[in-house]
Amino acid sequence: MSATAPDESPAIELINVSRRFLTPDGKSMTAIRDFNMSVARGEFVAVVGPTGCGKSTTLNLVTGLARPSSGEVRLFGEPVDGIDPRIGFAFQTDALFPWRNVIDNVVAGPLFRGMPRDEAYAKAKKWLARVHLTGHETKYPHQLSGGMRKRVSLAQTFINEPQILLMDEPFSALDVQTRVLMHDVLLDLWSEAKASVVFVTHDLEEAIALADKVYVLTSGPATVKSVYPVDLPRPRIVSEIRYEQDFIALSKTIWDDLRDEVQRGAARDEARAA
Amino acid sequence: MADIAIASGPVYRAGTSDAEIEAAAAKAARRRTQLVLFWRWAILLAFLGGWEIGARTGIIDEFFFSSPSAIWSRLVEWIFEGTSEGPLWFHLWVTMEESLIGFATGSIAGIVVGIALGRNRMLADIFSIYIKVINSIPRVVLAPIFIMVFGLGLASKVALSFVMVFFVVFANAFQGVREADRNLIANAQILGARGWQLTRSVVIPSAMSWIFASLHVSFGFAIIGAIVGEFVGARYGIGLLINIAKGSFDSAGMYAAIVVIMVVALLAEYLMTRLERSLATWRPAPLQDTQ
Repeated sequence: MSATAPDESPAIELINVSRRFLTPDGKSMTAIRDFNMSVARGEFVAVVGPTGCGKSTTLNLVTGLARPSSGEVRLFGEPVDGIDPRIGFAFQTDALFPWRNVIDNVVAGPLFRGMPRDEAYAKAKKWLARVHLTGHETKYPHQLSGGMRKRVSLAQTFINEPQILLMDEPFSALDVQTRVLMHDVLLDLWSEAKASVVFVTHDLEEAIALADKVYVLTSGPATVKSVYPVDLPRPRIVSEIRYEQDFIALSKTIWDDLRDEVQRGAARDEARAA
Repeated sequence: MADIAIASGPVYRAGTSDAEIEAAAAKAARRRTQLVLFWRWAILLAFLGGWEIGARTGIIDEFFFSSPSAIWSRLVEWIFEGTSEGPLWFHLWVTMEESLIGFATGSIAGIVVGIALGRNRMLADIFSIYIKVINSIPRVVLAPIFIMVFGLGLASKVALSFVMVFFVVFANAFQGVREADRNLIANAQILGARGWQLTRSVVIPSAMSWIFASLHVSFGFAIIGAIVGEFVGARYGIGLLINIAKGSFDSAGMYAAIVVIMVVALLAEYLMTRLERSLATWRPAPLQDTQ
């Protein structure tokens, strides 16, 4: 498909995008302003910023669930029009269907898209094996641990073979050990799928360990403050990479940059609460 | 979490094996069940016994309040010899038929309209005012109108049952659709669900627990609709039996009819709970209290 096309326009482009929305009391609020971002094909980009700065809004603009107030969002060189089938999305909270068992959750995407049942189930089995969940097909989400549920979510997302993968703090609800395991699962899946990833997080170490590029956002309204390339070699083992000298140096540099924004954001929140 | 420390139950000696603790917990659970059962029976017997004694000694006026033994013998008479209006089973069947048809049509209509309005904000805004207005009518006042329009037969009772059921189910289905998790809807959309797929695979399943809650209540409403309809005008049915018993100052007959309805309603409730459980295997079982 477009991966083999000679056309080398980036997978995702946000060009001078702003997004305003109405608060419940009818006031207009700017969530992001003059936002520019470009994600190359197969690139893994992490976005960090203070809480509530509008990180999730940028993802919603790319999915087509929300539209920009001004500016343009392009996927593979074409403007976004509705929900693009090439996109996969990993949610922060549990978004598995609680009334479906594991395998029925995973086949959801292919069945929605009209794949024959037998083929969809065979494919789902393959993806469950990839995330080490063979044997749990008929369990319901509430019977699984948090880490297992996340792996089902990843299988549910990856089975659609998305060329663009958007992740909104997907592992923030997990405990630290499970989170590191999930990072390795994710990098493993990504290295084969070769999707372009935008990974939103507030955890700087997570961002550096996973990404090729780290975007630091300003506290709301969000714009891009700076972009840091991460030149750590791949394949990476997330549980070990964090002790390397380059990693520590880079994380210190980015943190110095991010800290001002976090403090500004916190001060603003306190002023608002007062 | 403070109550965990307070309600910590017995403290076992160091070295108590798991088997011993489990045996002690099982024994405590059995004792508790027995105690609950004992009190349930004791209260029932005290109530019925007090009523019977009161009626025999004249403290309770048997003319108005009858007595358990009189009600029992009337029930036995109805079951084995039939009522003055024909066999009991026939009347019961007529009432059940009216209730079941009213219940089925009312709940299906309630679910369909509830989901349609829940999914479409424009329709909801337009029709909400009319639904509010109609909903403010006490349903039983419609009984005479329905009897006039649909006659003394089945149709008028079904219509009354229908309106009793419809609004309850509608309100819950509507609310259930509105409460559907936005994340789940977004997830389904991104996975590829469109239009009807989205409604069928996310919106309806997540509204199901709301809908079922309303079905529990509304079967009782369906029976009320049928019986009130029969009071107002009917040739058959449990409501008619009560009406005739009232006309002949037969208090035992009235209470016997109430007992019949009670048994039917409890049975329906039991079946509904079974059905709900078998449909909702995906829900976590309630945590077992360790007490």
